[in-house]
Parts: sequence; structure tokens; C-alpha cells
Amino acid sequence: MTHPQRNCQELLASLSEYVDGDLSKELCAEIERHLEECHDCQVVVNTLRKTIDLYRQVELEDELPKSVMQKLYFRLNIEDYLSR
Amino acid sequence: MTEKAPVKNEVSLEALKAGDKAELARMVELYSEPIYRLGLKMLGSEQDAEDVLQETFMKALRSIQQFEGRSSISTWLYRIAMNEIFLTLRKKKPMEESLDGYDSDSEEPEKPKEIIDWCCLPENELMNAEVRKTMSQAIEKLSPALRSVFILRDMNHLSVKETADALGISEAAVKTRLLRARLQLREDLSVYFSHKMP
Repeated sequence: MTHPQRNCQELLASLSEYVDGDLSKELCAEIERHLEECHDCQVVVNTLRKTIDLYRQVELEDELPKSVMQKLYFRLNIEDYLSR
Repeated sequence: MTEKAPVKNEVSLEALKAGDKAELARMVELYSEPIYRLGLKMLGSEQDAEDVLQETFMKALRSIQQFEGRSSISTWLYRIAMNEIFLTLRKKKPMEESLDGYDSDSEEPEKPKEIIDWCCLPENELMNAEVRKTMSQAIEKLSPALRSVFILRDMNHLSVKETADALGISEAAVKTRLLRARLQLREDLSVYFSHKMP
């Protein structure tokens, strides 16, 4: 059975799983065939990947203040284990 | 597939139940940072994030004997933290539309509007203080239902199943919300970066 040509709306529904690498080989190949022909979808895939990547870059920037950590250890009665 | 991996607790539940303080300290050491960051990103306030952190571990300690270990300890802690976060959101914005997001799960994802490939911008344009501010504002604009899924899945690296368990929603709802959150953030960043294109 041949798959029907994927349209942009169908791609949109599988987009997250596609960028996460969670789709079957067949579906991936089908999407990639569509991407070769559809510039707009290519841009959406690229910028979606980059968006996720940028958020992952900043995820560790908010540090837990030492004073907050100390209060937590005292409240839980484990201050003897404070290592920093 | 990977979602079905056996649950592996990094901290010994048995030791925690026996009142082992060193094990409790190990649990706190492992999970306090991600839980604090989750609170901060969900609530946008350091004080609220601190309160969520404290309450999460206090409640975990109080209910450890009832925890049967059906999920991993991290998922259990995230679930307690998310409950605290939603309680705080309800207190702060009692008039806000439903926080659970079920009403919009059946909606189709919005079609992308901004079609500009900004990936080729130089690194210093793609990440700087102004970009960080834009990213924070974009995440704040997401509804709590979408924001929580995005943070747990894409920033805290929970699997679809763990995210579903932490939020008490189905895996299908996690997937739908994640796609909508990602598309919305992509749209906002595309608007911002379109002004930076040569």
C-alpha cells in the first residue's frame, strides 16, 4: 500500500514526536519526503528544534540559593548533612 | 518503547521509610534543584518557589509511609510539587480559567504563522540577555496547563509517562499539550527573531 502524500496539517500533528525521534522509520521517511518539497514545513521543523534547544540551554541557569537550601535542611532536621 | 523502562528509584524507599536521615539528605540533594527551578518557572517568584520546595519535602516526609513506590520517587516528588504549584496559582488567580486544561485538549494545534528561518542567526544573537527575557515572557504567556507539560518534559527531561503521572493526566494529553506549548513558544521566538534577521 502506498501512503498518501503527507500534507502540512498531518505533519503538524506528528511534529513533536518527529523532532523527539519517537516515530517509526516509515513515518519519518514519509515526513522527510514532505519536507523536501515543502519549504514552510522545513522552516517550522528547524525553528521548533531550535526553540526547544534554546530552552534546554537556559534550563540550568536558575540556581537554588544557598540560604534556601540551608533553611530546607534545618526544617527537615538534616542540617548535619549540609555539604555546601 | 523507552517510556516502558522499569521504574528505577535512585533513592532507597526502604531506607527513607526506616527514617534514614542520610538517605533523606540524598533525596533532597538530588531533587531540590529541579523542584526549585520548576516552582520558579511555573510561578515566576523566588519566594513562591522556595515555599513550594519546602512544602514538597515536608509533605513527602509526612506521607512517605503511605507511598507504595508504584512510581519512581522523582515522579512522586514532582507530583507533590505540582499540586503545591497549582494550589498557589489558584490562591493567586482564583478567577483564572480552569487550570487543568482539559477543555482545550481536543483543539487542533494552531497552524504556524511565522515562517522565517532564524536558525542561521549568529550565536550571540540567538542567546543573550534580551533573548533570555523574551524566552521567559513567552513561557509566562503559556497557560499553566501547557507550561507545566513543557517544563517537565523539555526542561526537566521527564518522559511522557512520568510527566503524565506527575500531572495526573493521560499520556495523550501530555503529547497534545507539549505540541501546543512548543508551537506557541516557537511562534513567539519567531516574532522576536524576525526583527533580528538581516
